[in-house]
Amino acid sequence: MSDQAPPVIEVEGLVTHYGRRKILDGVDLKMSAGEIRVIMGGSGSGKSTLLWHLLGLYKPTAGTIRLLDQDITQISAQEFQALRKELGVSFQGGALFTSMSVGENVALPLREHTELDENTIRIMSRLKLEVVNLGGFQDLMPSQLSGGMIKRAALARAIVMDPKLLFFDEPSAGLDPVVAAELDDLILQLRDAMRMSMVVVTHELDSAFKIADKITVLDQGKVLLTGTVEEVKSSKLERVQDLLNRRPRDVKVDAEEYLRRLTEEEYV
Amino acid sequence: MLEKAANAMSQGVLKTVSNFGYMGALLVESFYWILFGRRRGQPVKMAPLASQMVETGVQAIPIVMVLSFAIGVSLAIQTIYALKNFGAESQVILAIAIGVTREFGPLITGILVAGRTASALAARIGSMVVSQEVDALRVIGIMPVRYLVVPPLVALLIMVPTLTVLADAAAIFGGAVYSLPNLDVSLWAYLVASVDSLTAGDVLQGLAKSLVFGAIVALVGVSSGFNVKGGAEGVGRATTQSVVMAISWIVIADMIFTFFLNR
Repeated sequence: MSDQAPPVIEVEGLVTHYGRRKILDGVDLKMSAGEIRVIMGGSGSGKSTLLWHLLGLYKPTAGTIRLLDQDITQISAQEFQALRKELGVSFQGGALFTSMSVGENVALPLREHTELDENTIRIMSRLKLEVVNLGGFQDLMPSQLSGGMIKRAALARAIVMDPKLLFFDEPSAGLDPVVAAELDDLILQLRDAMRMSMVVVTHELDSAFKIADKITVLDQGKVLLTGTVEEVKSSKLERVQDLLNRRPRDVKVDAEEYLRRLTEEEYV
Repeated sequence: MLEKAANAMSQGVLKTVSNFGYMGALLVESFYWILFGRRRGQPVKMAPLASQMVETGVQAIPIVMVLSFAIGVSLAIQTIYALKNFGAESQVILAIAIGVTREFGPLITGILVAGRTASALAARIGSMVVSQEVDALRVIGIMPVRYLVVPPLVALLIMVPTLTVLADAAAIFGGAVYSLPNLDVSLWAYLVASVDSLTAGDVLQGLAKSLVFGAIVALVGVSSGFNVKGGAEGVGRATTQSVVMAISWIVIADMIFTFFLNR
C-alpha cells in the first residue's frame, strides 16, 4: 500500500438527512487501494446510511464523495453508469433476483454490460461461483439456498465484473459462527487474489478484527475514530470501549427534550 | 370535523396528482430508453419483451375470448328486447357491431388485462423493492425503468390492441349465435352484414382506446410496485390497490375518450 497512489475513496464533510433528522454529520473518510476498511458502529450510528451514499443511491445534503478519483455527487448519470462497472456490492440480504437461477444472477452484469457470447458468460460466471465455493450450484433458485450460500452467491455476482472496489453490507449478519468465519476467510482471499479494495460494514467485532486493515468507528453520525485494529482496541474513548465491551450506553434524560417529545405534534 | 375532511380530501388530491406525475415521468423515461438506450449502452432487449408479450397477451387470449363471447350474447339479448318494441330486430347487427368495436371490446379487454397484469406487475416489482433487488439493479448499473418498466409497457401497447381485435370478433360472434334464430339469416350473412356496417373509424376508435388502456395498466402496475413501503404487507396492499386503480382509470379514460371522439 503506497501512500502516493490516489485514495480509492475520499469522503469530505458528508452531511445527510432523512426527512428533517440529521443522520450523518460531517463524515470524513479516506481509503487507499488494496485496503480492507471496516465501518463499525451500533445500530442507528449511520453506517448503513454512509454505505448507501457511497453507492450513490441517495443524494447527500452536503459534502463530496470521490470514488476511484471521481466525485459521484458531481459526475453525470452517464459517467456514474460507467463507474458502476468498477464497483461491486453485496447486500445484507443478498438481494439475488428471485426469478432467476443462481447462475443467471451471477451472469446478469456480464449480459447487461458486455458483448460476450453466451459460452464465455457461462464459463466466467461459473468461475466466480467456484471462487465462492458454490461450484455446481448454478441451476438452483435463490429460494433453495441457505443463508450462507445466498451471501456467497451475492458475492459471486458482486465480483463477476472484477470490480476495483467492493462493498459488503453485514457479511456475517444472520449466519452461524462457522459460516461467518468462512466468509471472512473468503473476503481475505479475494483481496489477496484479486487486489480489490473493500469496504465492509459490520457490527460483528470478531469479524471486524479478523479482516480489517483499518476500522472506522461511527457514532451518532460522526466518525469517532479511524485506526488499525490495535489502535481501536487500545482506544481510550468511552464510546469505543462501550462498543467493544458490549456495555449499554448511558442514556441521559433531558427533561425539557423529553417533554417536547411527548407533547409536540410534529416532533421529529 | 369539517376541517379534517377537507384536509383528508386535499391530501388525496395531492397524492393523486403526484401519482399522475410519477406515472408520466415513468412513461417519458421509458420512451427515452426505447429511443436512446442503445446509444447509452442500455439497450432494450428482445427476450424479456417477448416473454412479457406471451405472459400479458398470449396467455390472456382464452379468457378474453370467452368473456367477450358472453358479453356479445348478453348484448344481443338486451338489444333484441329493446328493438322488438319498434319491430326493428334486424338492427341488432348494427347495434352489436358498433357497440362492441367502439366500446365493449376495448373495455372488457382493458379490465381483464388490468386484473391479470397490473396486479402481477405491482407484486413483482413491489417484492423486488422490498428485498433490495431494485437497489441491486441500480448498483449493478442497470437502470430499473429500462429493465423493469419498458418490457411490460411495450408488450401491453402491442398486446392490448391485439387482444381487443380478438375480443371484437368473439363478441360479434357471440351476438350472432344468439341473434340468428330471431333474424332468420345465415351465420355468414350475419357476419358480412356486421363487417359492412362498420367503418374504419369505429374500429380505430376502439383500438386507440385500447392503446391508452394498455399504457394505464402498465404504468399503474409498475408505479404501485415502485411505491411499495412496509414489507410483505405493503406488497399485498399495492397489489390490490393497483387493480382497483387501473380499472378505475380505464373506465374514466374510456368515458373521456368516448366523449371527445363522438362530438
